[in-house]
Amino acid sequence: MTAPPLRSQAATLSYDKRVIVEDLTFDIPAGSFTAIIGPNACGKSTLLRAMAGLLAPAAGQMILDGKGIASLAPREIAQRLGLLPQTAIAPEGITVAELVARGRYVHQRLLRQWSAEDRQAVDDALRLTNVTELADRRVEHLSGGQRQRVWIAMVLAQQTPLILLDEPTTYLDIAHQMDVLNLLHELNAAGRTIVAVLHDLNHAARYASHIIAMKAGKVLAAGSPAQVITAATVSAVFGLETEVIPDPVTGNPMVVPHDTRA
Amino acid sequence: MKLENRLRTGPTPSLLVIGHDRTNILLDRRAAVVAASAGILVIILMILAVLLGDFPLTISEVMDVFLGRGEALVRTVVLEWRLPRAMAAVLFGAALAVSGALFQTITRNPLASPDIMGLANGSYSGMILALVFLGGSWPMLVTGSLAGGLAAAAIIYLLALRDGLQGFRFIMVGIGVSAMLASLNTWLLLRVDLDVALLASAWGAGTLNSITPATLIPTGFSIMMLLCLVPAVSAPLRQLSLGDDAAASTGAAIGPARLAAIVIAIGLVSAVTAVSGPIAFIALSAPQITRRLAGTAEIPLGATGVVGGLMLLVSDLVAQHVIPLTLPVGVVTVVSGGLYLVWLLVREARRTT
Ligand SMILES: Nc1ncnc2c1ncn2[C@@H]1O[C@H](COP(=O)(O)OP(=O)(O)OP(=O)(O)O)[C@@H](O)[C@H]1O
Ligand SMILES: [Mg+2]
Repeated sequence: MTAPPLRSQAATLSYDKRVIVEDLTFDIPAGSFTAIIGPNACGKSTLLRAMAGLLAPAAGQMILDGKGIASLAPREIAQRLGLLPQTAIAPEGITVAELVARGRYVHQRLLRQWSAEDRQAVDDALRLTNVTELADRRVEHLSGGQRQRVWIAMVLAQQTPLILLDEPTTYLDIAHQMDVLNLLHELNAAGRTIVAVLHDLNHAARYASHIIAMKAGKVLAAGSPAQVITAATVSAVFGLETEVIPDPVTGNPMVVPHDTRA
Repeated sequence: MKLENRLRTGPTPSLLVIGHDRTNILLDRRAAVVAASAGILVIILMILAVLLGDFPLTISEVMDVFLGRGEALVRTVVLEWRLPRAMAAVLFGAALAVSGALFQTITRNPLASPDIMGLANGSYSGMILALVFLGGSWPMLVTGSLAGGLAAAAIIYLLALRDGLQGFRFIMVGIGVSAMLASLNTWLLLRVDLDVALLASAWGAGTLNSITPATLIPTGFSIMMLLCLVPAVSAPLRQLSLGDDAAASTGAAIGPARLAAIVIAIGLVSAVTAVSGPIAFIALSAPQITRRLAGTAEIPLGATGVVGGLMLLVSDLVAQHVIPLTLPVGVVTVVSGGLYLVWLLVREARRTT
């Protein structure tokens, strides 16, 4: 078993003085498809930002490939890890291909702004996310789902062994949600470590190899889907009573909420 | 498209790859066309600027001057008065425009610019104070101007810090600080000796009347040095328009890039203000006008510089020759820029509500 590419060591994360995540220790297993689940505002995005080196922990540290992330330069981090943030802005008038090419920043230099590898990486990313036909369209004219796939393409173009995605399936219809998850699965099967914040527990149960369940800035459970997706954990994390039954298609755990209508 | 052709264009067909696969730069076709057209107009208007005036010259008289011949008076008119002034207009316009472009890029807000946000007024305050307390020597004025610009920036930064550099709050604080500094300047001018006040208020509206080769050369040199630094920050600044998190996670050192851009922008506006006083609205409007003309996603910094130079040159020609009385160029830019600002505010208000 190879060493975890990313680990959180007693990390405490806060904005100003407000502590959001306290004393968090966990590993992202090498080669895993890790899903982070938890209720709104529990600190998932905050955690992802810290894991990407964008937010310095108030205490503890994030370790990327054995080194404290704070000691790495932005370029060194960007060669190892790509992030799809929850809030990214498409500049007015930018085309799809131009936006995806922005993911190549770390591979470019002042006097090498475009290479054959850049072209290849952008083409591959467009193809994998199924947006090749949109390449010359303006991003602001796309639907929410198309736009989401373009952002994922930008992260793919960066070609990092570790990819963090904050809610990659939001805005997508069920078919496109499956497309994106299948894509992440393929990337994972091809050797990349994936960490995704997912809101749909059934998606997490089906696609993830490792699940981290958070509540109010703490990890309540971490492990395989069978270990984490249980009625007891779901109740503890979301305060929702559910039945967990085997997914009729794959046999993974499947969450069916109780009928709570008045 | 053939592979050969595709390697000659960048991510989109409008981006040309200049150079070969290992060493190259990307050039936006549309921005290049805008820059070249504005550049041609700049050359034509500079020739006009040298020929026109109370003492009209012919092309052959001017050619004589450049060949080292010609009457002493003609030489003085061309080399001491008109050419330095035209060159100052172009250089200062470029400096202001690029300064505005840097501000608008790092704040992601088309309303951000050193004139709206009080940096030019701050530079002017610093200059008046330097004039009163340190004497009117040129290095003192420049130092005062630079210190004033930095101080204004620091005040705005501290007051708006809570929200970071984005958002309307930053701009609003800037507009407030600008108004306060404007009244401070008026008050200072009322307190100082009459001759000092006259000297200082000659700059108050922003003018190129006092340009001489002696002031142009050091200022022009500083401006060109600062402009040469811009390409080094333009790539990370381009990433910044994706949002801080996306920019940083693609590998851009956003903190240092932002700081460098602010320092360059303040340096540019202070260098201009030290010589010509606060010339309003070029910094605000040139970047957005250029971006619309070029149709690019981000403000093209190079083309913005050329368009800014053209705008100030045109404004100065209007100020000198079109209006019967000779006005400071700042008055012309205020009037045309004011109209632009109203349009921009209406548009922004519509977009944000
Ligand atoms: N930039 C910020 N400054 C201050 N507080 C913040 C900031 N970003 C987030 N917070 C706060 O931190 C807490 C956790 O936010 P976070 O975005 O990490 O939640 P989340 O788990 O990703 O939620 P969601 O599922 O809604 O995306 C929230 O209370 C939020 O208000
Ligand atoms: Mg979130």
